[in-house]
Amino acid sequence: MTSRPFRILAVLFLFLAPGGRAQSGGELHFCLHGEPKTFNPLLVDDEASENIRYLTGGVLIRLNRQTQALEPGLATSWTISHERRTITFRLRKGLFFSDGTPFTSEDVAYTMRLLLDPQTHSPTGDAFRASEGKAQIETPAKDVAVITFAAPVAGLERLFDQVAILSAHSPKKEMAVLGPFYVSDYKPGSYVQLRKNPNYWKHDAQGRALPYLDSVQLDIQRNRDIELVRFRRGELQLINRLDADQFERLQRESPALAKSAGTGLYAEEFWFNQAPSSPLPEYKKTWFRTTEFRKAISLAINRDDICRIVYRGFAKPAYGPVSPSNKFWFNSALEEPKHDTQRALRMLARVGFRYEKETLKDRAGNRVEFTLVTNSGNTAREKMAAMIQQDLAQIGIKLNIVTLDFPSLIERMTRTLDYDACLLGLVNTDLDPNSQMTVWLSSGENHQWNPNQKTPATPWEAEIDKQMREQASAPTEKQRKAKFDRVQQIVSEQQPFIYLINKDVLVAVSSSVSGAVPVVLNPPAFWNVETIHLKAGVELEAQK
Amino acid sequence: MKTRALGRAISTAILVVVFCFGLLAGGITNYSYATQFRELPNAAPSSAHILGTDGLGRDLFARLAYGTRVSLLLAPAAAFLSTLIGGILGSFAGLVGGWCERAILAAGDLSMALPLLFVLLALRALLPLDISPALSVVATFALLGLLGWHSSLRVVWAASRNLRNSDFLQLARATGCTRWKIIRYHILPNLRPVLMAQFWISIPAFVLTEATLSMLGLGVMEPLPSWGNLLRGLEDFSAVGSNQWSLSPLILLVLVVICFQLALPAQEEFA
Repeated sequence: MTSRPFRILAVLFLFLAPGGRAQSGGELHFCLHGEPKTFNPLLVDDEASENIRYLTGGVLIRLNRQTQALEPGLATSWTISHERRTITFRLRKGLFFSDGTPFTSEDVAYTMRLLLDPQTHSPTGDAFRASEGKAQIETPAKDVAVITFAAPVAGLERLFDQVAILSAHSPKKEMAVLGPFYVSDYKPGSYVQLRKNPNYWKHDAQGRALPYLDSVQLDIQRNRDIELVRFRRGELQLINRLDADQFERLQRESPALAKSAGTGLYAEEFWFNQAPSSPLPEYKKTWFRTTEFRKAISLAINRDDICRIVYRGFAKPAYGPVSPSNKFWFNSALEEPKHDTQRALRMLARVGFRYEKETLKDRAGNRVEFTLVTNSGNTAREKMAAMIQQDLAQIGIKLNIVTLDFPSLIERMTRTLDYDACLLGLVNTDLDPNSQMTVWLSSGENHQWNPNQKTPATPWEAEIDKQMREQASAPTEKQRKAKFDRVQQIVSEQQPFIYLINKDVLVAVSSSVSGAVPVVLNPPAFWNVETIHLKAGVELEAQK
Repeated sequence: MKTRALGRAISTAILVVVFCFGLLAGGITNYSYATQFRELPNAAPSSAHILGTDGLGRDLFARLAYGTRVSLLLAPAAAFLSTLIGGILGSFAGLVGGWCERAILAAGDLSMALPLLFVLLALRALLPLDISPALSVVATFALLGLLGWHSSLRVVWAASRNLRNSDFLQLARATGCTRWKIIRYHILPNLRPVLMAQFWISIPAFVLTEATLSMLGLGVMEPLPSWGNLLRGLEDFSAVGSNQWSLSPLILLVLVVICFQLALPAQEEFA
C-alpha cells in the first residue's frame, strides 16, 4: 500500500522529470541568412522566404523530411488518375486559418488558380505549368477538390509539398495561414517574429495541441561567423547549416551541440565545355568530346583527399548525379571507380595521348593544358581546384585556375561559351529528377556542357532525352525509377559532369532544445518544428 | 631628428631584409610553393616545415618567401607605372594649361570617381583565361598601375602650375632654351621630390590593393602565392589557433607598410 501524499509526490516527480513530457511554450531563436523577399508563399524564390513558408504554410501533402515519404497534410487522402493528369483531394473538415477564417475546398481552388496563372509569375507554379494548356479546378464539395492538368505531371503529388494554401476570403490575404506559426512582426533587416497559430490542426499522440513552442524569432544575419558566435553565447538555439570549418570548431568545443545529418543532396562537380560553337581551338574541343579523356580525368582526381582536406571529412566522394541520401532515386548499381593514375594514363594512351617527360600530349603533339574556371570568394572550391591541379599534374596535364566574379562566370557559361572547364556546385533540393529536366535534356539551357542543342549532338544525349521524357510520363514511380536509373548509368559512363563530392549536412542544436532530429533535406534543423520544444529552465543560457 | 634618422635606418634595413627574403626565395627553401603534403594539412611548425603548412599541406615558409617576391617586386612596378602616367599627364596639364589642362583634370576626376574595384573586376574578366599564373599576376599589377594614376595627377599638376609662372622658367624661355632643355634642366629636377614622394607612397597602397583583390579571390591565381592570397588562409580561425605562425603574412604586410612610411624621406629631403 502506498500512502496518498507519497502518490501525489510520485505523480509530481513524473510530471517534472526531464524528458518525461514535452514542455510547451518558450521561444525558439535562430537566424535567416538573408532578408525574406516575400511573405506570399506562391512567390517564394529565396531561402529565407522558403523557411518562413515552411514554418507558416499549411500544405495538402507534406513530404516527411526524415522518411522521405509523403504524408497527409490538409488533405486526409488523395487519388491520382491512371494517366497522372487528375488529382483528387479529400480535405480535413473543421479547420480554420490563423485569423479564424474557415478552410474549405474553395481555398484550394483559389490557391491553385493563382498558382497556375502565368500573371502570378510563381516559381512554385512553374513545375505545374510544364505542359501547355489550362488546368481545370473543381470543388464538388466543401471537402473535395479535383485538379485536372492538360498533360501528365510527373511526381505530381510531391509538388504539393511546396504549395501553401491561401485563404480565398480572409481580409488578411496571405498573412492568414494554416501552418504551425503565423508572422506576427517583421522589422526589415533585423528579425521576423512568428507566433503559434492557435487554430493549427495537428495534435500530438497525447492529444496536446501542436506546436509546443509559443513563438519563433528569426534574426536576419548574413554573417555566419557572427551567427556561430551568438550560438556559442546562447543567444541562438539552432544553426540550420554550418560549413565544415565551423562545424569542426564547434565539435572541438562542444561535441554534443554539433550534429551531422549525413551526406546531403548538394554536389560539387566540374564539366568540360563541349559546345561546338565555343571559340576554343579544335584540338581542345576534340579532347573534351572524347569520353575516355573525361573518364581519365575523373580517375586521376583523388576525391578521398578532397573530402578529407577541403571538407575535413564532412563530405563523401560523388560518382553520379544523385546523392545516396536520395533514398528512392539513387542508383546503387553505379560503378564507383577509385583514384587510379595508372589506369587514367592507360585510358588516355588508348585514344592517342602520349605521356612523355611528365607531360601529356595529344596525337598531334599539342600539350594537354586547360583552364578551370570557378567563382571567386568560395574558398572550398578554390582549394578543390588547387587539389585537382596537383592530381592532374601527376598525369602530365597542366591545369590553370581562374576565379571570376559570378556575373562574368555566368556570361562565359551561357553566352560567350569562352571557357575550357568549369567547377561549380549543383543546388538540388528536390528529390524528384523532374526538377532537373533542363539540365538533362539536350535542348535545355542548363545542359551546361553543351546547352540549347537543336538536336542531340551525340547518341548518348539522345538516349538521355528519350529516357527523361519517358520517365516524366511513366504511369508508376517504379517505371520512372527504371528510366532515371538508365540516365544515371549513361551519365556515369559518359561523364559529361565529373562529380566530385557530396557535402554532409551539418547543423548546430543547443542543449536547451529537445526533439530536434537533423535530416539531410531542407530545412535540416527544424523540419519537425511542431514537436521541437525547449527544456524548462535552460532557455537562452550560455552554451556549456 | 636623431630618432627619426634611427627609425629610418632601421626601417630601411628591415625593408632590405624583406626584399632579399623575397628575391632569394628559391635559395632559402627547398620546397616548391605549390607542392601539397596532403598528409600534413594545417600542420604546426616542425623541423621539416619551419612555419608549418597551410590548409592544403603546402609549406608556409616557401609560400611566404615566394609571396613576398610577388608582392614586393610587382607593387613598386605598379607604383612606377602609376607615377609615370600621373607625372606625364599632371605636368603636361600644369605646364600647358588651357583646354588641355581642363580635359586632363576632368579625366582624372572621372577616373577618381570610378569604383576602382569594379573596374578591376570588369577588366580582369576581359583577360584571356589561358594565361599563366605569372602572366596573370603581372596583368593584375599592370591594371593597378594603369588605373591608379589619378592620385598622383593632382599633386603633380599643382606643382607644375606653380612652375609654369615661375621667374626662372620665364628667364630660361627668354634666353632661348629649347623645350627639351627646359624640361630636362628646369622642370624635372623641380618635380622630382613630388614624383619620388608619390612613388614611395603608392607602393604600400598597391600592396594593400593586391591583398584586397586576393582576399576577394580575384588577385594572384593559384597556386602562385602573394601576401593577399596568403591572408585568405586567416579566414580559417581554427587553423590560426593551431598554428599562430600562419599569421606571418599579416605581420610581414603590416611591418612592410609601416617601414615604408618610416623610411620615406620628407618631401624637402628629395630636393
